[in-house]
Amino acid sequence: MKTDVLIIGAGGAGLVAALNAKETGASVIVLTKEYPTRSQTCMAQGGMNAALGNAGEDSVEAHIQNTLKSAHGEADEEAVRFMCEEAITAVKWLDDIGVCFSRTEDGKIAQRRLGGASAHRACYAQDYTGLKILHALYDKCLKEGVQILNEKYLLSLLKDEEGGVCGAQILDIRSGEIENYEANAVVLASGGYSRVYGKNSTNSTASTGDAIAVAQRAGASLIDMEFVQFHPTGLKNSSILISESARGEGGYVLNSKGERFTDELAPRDELSRAIHAEISKGEEVFLDIRHLGEAFIQKQLPQERKLARLYENVDPVTDLIPVKPVAHYTMGGIAVDHKSQTSLSGLFACGECANHRVHGANRLGGNSLLEIVVFGKEAGVNAAKHALANRTHSNLAPKENFINECKEFKNELDFYASRDAIGETLYKKVGIVRKKSELLEARTMIEELKASLPLMGVSDKSKVYNTNLVEFLEFRNILDVSEAIINGAIKREVSSGAHFMAE
Amino acid sequence: MKISVKREDGFREYEVDARDATLLEALVKIKTELDNTLAFSSGCRSGVCGSCSVRVNSKGVLACARKVQDGDRVEPLNNVNVIRDLVVDMEKSLSFNEKSKAWLNVLDSNAQLNDQTQMINELQSDCVLCGLCYSACPVYSVNSEFLGPFALTRVWKYVSDKRELGAIEKLDAIQTNGVWDCTLCNECAIVCPQEISSKADIEKLRAKSSMAGYEDPTFAQSFSFGSFDGSPSF
Repeated sequence: MKTDVLIIGAGGAGLVAALNAKETGASVIVLTKEYPTRSQTCMAQGGMNAALGNAGEDSVEAHIQNTLKSAHGEADEEAVRFMCEEAITAVKWLDDIGVCFSRTEDGKIAQRRLGGASAHRACYAQDYTGLKILHALYDKCLKEGVQILNEKYLLSLLKDEEGGVCGAQILDIRSGEIENYEANAVVLASGGYSRVYGKNSTNSTASTGDAIAVAQRAGASLIDMEFVQFHPTGLKNSSILISESARGEGGYVLNSKGERFTDELAPRDELSRAIHAEISKGEEVFLDIRHLGEAFIQKQLPQERKLARLYENVDPVTDLIPVKPVAHYTMGGIAVDHKSQTSLSGLFACGECANHRVHGANRLGGNSLLEIVVFGKEAGVNAAKHALANRTHSNLAPKENFINECKEFKNELDFYASRDAIGETLYKKVGIVRKKSELLEARTMIEELKASLPLMGVSDKSKVYNTNLVEFLEFRNILDVSEAIINGAIKREVSSGAHFMAE
Repeated sequence: MKISVKREDGFREYEVDARDATLLEALVKIKTELDNTLAFSSGCRSGVCGSCSVRVNSKGVLACARKVQDGDRVEPLNNVNVIRDLVVDMEKSLSFNEKSKAWLNVLDSNAQLNDQTQMINELQSDCVLCGLCYSACPVYSVNSEFLGPFALTRVWKYVSDKRELGAIEKLDAIQTNGVWDCTLCNECAIVCPQEISSKADIEKLRAKSSMAGYEDPTFAQSFSFGSFDGSPSF
């Protein structure tokens, strides 16, 4: 298969990139290991920031300053300014393609306040904001005839003799066949890596940082991998997200004694540490939205109510919701410049797998949906321009052959047990509060697991739809990504935002 | 507890400790601890990605939204090609979104939505494309070209959108194997995890179609053959 622009990942960032690459005049193929509407974007609940000022005074400058403050000096101010300025156009564009944003009585897009924001800035569609944006983007792609191929798993990147990226090697999950896709530019948009924290993450099981690990193997630079955002209010048992909007709308955070002990609208890193400290003291921590009333909860937070009932057997209308901080968003990722280009020629990245340095050490709620639209567009346009200007290349045979090698592995050790162990170790030792000694212990564990990879493997020998194999390939990516997080954390000795050193 | 899962060679029974767990959690436990070869799809664990739709004791559910029960019999969806075990090929049903042109066609930039008008299609835009409605649809089970529940709900989402000026193109696209083929049996609404009634959306699309000058072909056909006696022809 040949195309101008190959896009890996069909969440919000990938689909926006695809629409824009096509509009720029390039042929486009989008590959996803799932189906587009199953992507992580569908889980974004709270909203998308834009200083529209529809619910009280706001300004682009205030949005910029809030974002920079939350980023703890680790953001690129130029990129932040660009994102916040583009936000208004981005929301307008989404509204125009049919996103069902909630409205005010006078017909404006409704806005709610999220943590760390000086104004009611997050545009939302009840608590289904990401779902509705993703589906509208999918519908728009159907309209524009964007070619999307489902259940295709990224194995490695193809490179030419000059070291430029010119395609990807893919596993067709359904047939088990390995396929090469040749392209003049590749956009990685495969999402973040919160799922390396295993069960201690709000994310989809698919958020294993695949493109980050693959890009690193191909020689691309990663940056700030240690910045992992812990969301203060995951459900205690299942880590299912209870959106920040629950606090934005007036919810309280309480300890076992029923006391409020922190500012509920502090940035996520601060609130997570406050809750973590309380839990470390032996307290249980609860989210309390009972005072908001049933009518309000049902209208504005229907999803939260449903999930709390199913997973914790509590009804937020009458009960306290048990919560704990869990891995939610990864600020780190593949290093990109202002044109979303990685350190490799022909390779672009956007969305959570990329690091445009707009979130720095701690992302503001409502800025991730914004980022995927603003930088999805940049990545799509710039990849298309690159592809149209560089239409000849000679790709070399891929060097990487792990997928065939691993079929010979001994399968004496159970990688699923190791995957769970990594999740627990990272949560305890590379989590909300970190210590040098524990980081080193975690690194040793990852190194040992990497060394024993040939003792693991797959027991399912089927060629067709072998999820045992796919999960093992993901496991290898989890190992590499975990190592990058830990190494970043060890190097950064001073606390900053989500990276908090106890010593 | 005992859970039976339909595999390629028939039901296989698993003994698994999954008290108070969701069915999806039980399936994960089976796969990671008992049988690595079991194939199923999952994603968000919270009912918004639509990956884990299956049938349990013949009823369509999202595995992440059901508390598993002792004796549960788990099967793949109906009316769709099974790729392996519980994994089905969604391409056919998804292709109906394109065929029925379920997108915003021509934007009316003067249209002003408000709190009330945006509520018109708020429910329809909750759809997660899980495919349970196609599995339950008796029309789709006999006519594989029937555009089907979620595609028609998505059409209604855009047809009813105050910002849509180009609804007629969608109405054109849903006349054949579309709105008139539905028997209004409501099975799609019963299984929908988002409580959407495609049946109700199809009725509204019929009304819109009639207003646009389309006729119920079954009605017209019955009449032209002189057999119309006032009773439904299906």
